[in-house]
Amino acid sequence: MNINDLINHTGEWLKGKGSHADIVMSSRVRLARNLAKRPFPNRAQKRELEDIMEEARAAVGKIDLLKKCEFIRLNDIDQIDKQILVERHLMSHEHAANTLGKALVLSKEEAISIMVNEEDHLRMQVMQSGLNLDDTFALVSGIDDELSKYLDFGYSMHWGYLTACPTNTGTGMRGSVMLHLPALVMTKQINKVLTAVNKLSFTSRGFYGEGTQASGNFFQISNQVSMGQSEVDIIQNINGLIRQIVDQEEQARQALLVQNRPMLEDKIHRSYGILKSAYLISSQETVELLSLVRLGIDLGIIRDLDRRLVNDLFIRIQPAHLQKIEGKKLNASDRDAKRASVIREKLTPNGH
Amino acid sequence: MMCDICGKKKATVHLTEIVDEQMSEMHLCEKCARQKSSQMEQQFGLADLLAGLGDFSKQIEDTEKVDLVCAHCGLKYEDFRKFGRLGCSECYENFKMHLSTLLKKIHGSNCHFGKMPVKMTQTDKATVASLQDLKNKLAHAVQAEDFEKAAQLRDNIRDLENKQK
Repeated sequence: MNINDLINHTGEWLKGKGSHADIVMSSRVRLARNLAKRPFPNRAQKRELEDIMEEARAAVGKIDLLKKCEFIRLNDIDQIDKQILVERHLMSHEHAANTLGKALVLSKEEAISIMVNEEDHLRMQVMQSGLNLDDTFALVSGIDDELSKYLDFGYSMHWGYLTACPTNTGTGMRGSVMLHLPALVMTKQINKVLTAVNKLSFTSRGFYGEGTQASGNFFQISNQVSMGQSEVDIIQNINGLIRQIVDQEEQARQALLVQNRPMLEDKIHRSYGILKSAYLISSQETVELLSLVRLGIDLGIIRDLDRRLVNDLFIRIQPAHLQKIEGKKLNASDRDAKRASVIREKLTPNGH
Repeated sequence: MMCDICGKKKATVHLTEIVDEQMSEMHLCEKCARQKSSQMEQQFGLADLLAGLGDFSKQIEDTEKVDLVCAHCGLKYEDFRKFGRLGCSECYENFKMHLSTLLKKIHGSNCHFGKMPVKMTQTDKATVASLQDLKNKLAHAVQAEDFEKAAQLRDNIRDLENKQK
């Protein structure tokens, strides 16, 4: 696959469509699976990793759902391209770090991606725009069913799917929802919400993945427990929790509009103004301003911008994307300039 | 009525314990009750004990060095404890006792509910389905404090599990 094709498109999950798309950026479900009796990737030698990869490739080739997918051996692509796949949320940092015997199965619209030989032999992921865990699960579960006709998955009658780390055993499932919660942050209610989330055995993390600070007011909520509840029950629980958080964010947004409209409009238009006119901008500042612009679109305060374009910018302003667009390596200060120009070009008709 | 432990706050939680057929009652405030219940959970899980699915290797694990090795991939249990990653699907069978406790600690449950591989035989699928169903009923019986029914269900689960072996 040509990575240039990827960066010229907007991933399916960034389209800004679907249920509660103003607050819910995306829904994601991943399933961890391993081949029975084969060493898990961390214990496997090069030969074994290659064998497992070939087995996975053969199975993927037999499945209609994955027909249009590309099978990318990570050893065949360069560092920037690997980083682009990470920045697009299609694979993990770990998967890009040591690429021996690793691969990525990727659908064109970026809805489906399967990491081969990450922590587990297979990590299948489906991502969709908006709150849509049910369909997302249905699709990834269908892929799992099809693959399990050709691959012998490690499974125990008592413990379910057997994974390299016991925190994933059972369903091997992690359902995640990416939420944009600027009003809960502004009204200082976010900590209360996150504390409740943790108490209920869910975890939250930032936009740019595991171990990252929440930035741009994005919070990714997922289930922590993978055993003792069926996939459908886990998803229902996440849905229930998300609906409550969405309700609270909506209320906080309305309260801000009623009580502080001038302040809110000022903040939003200033953010839009800076983004349209800056010539140097850091990623941190960009993400904070984009978050406010996104809120402005949701509240009808900014009317000449599409949510999808803003969603896409959150991805596009990351280092590997900027370097790919420029076609060469850029140091940090060059990136700040390139970032500003990419944003100006997207936000203003003539990109001056 | 004041709390039996701190004696300062109003008792809102009333606990009845039966030990060796001796019944004792305790009246606790919310704070002390919470402390007491976490102590009890650490000592033993009532549901586990009752269900006979509990695993008493916890004490062993914490005090003794474990010399287990996975016969399939050669991973030492000690190394698993150090790095937190298992070596292969067979490790689960070979470290069964220890993992059972660990999984329960992590997930609050050590039985899988949900999907099974398409390729499994119809008989196996039926067994998993009835196991999941029985375990579900057991959890409900324990919650409803219907201990007679729970004991019966526990036996049914054991029978079904033994049949497989």
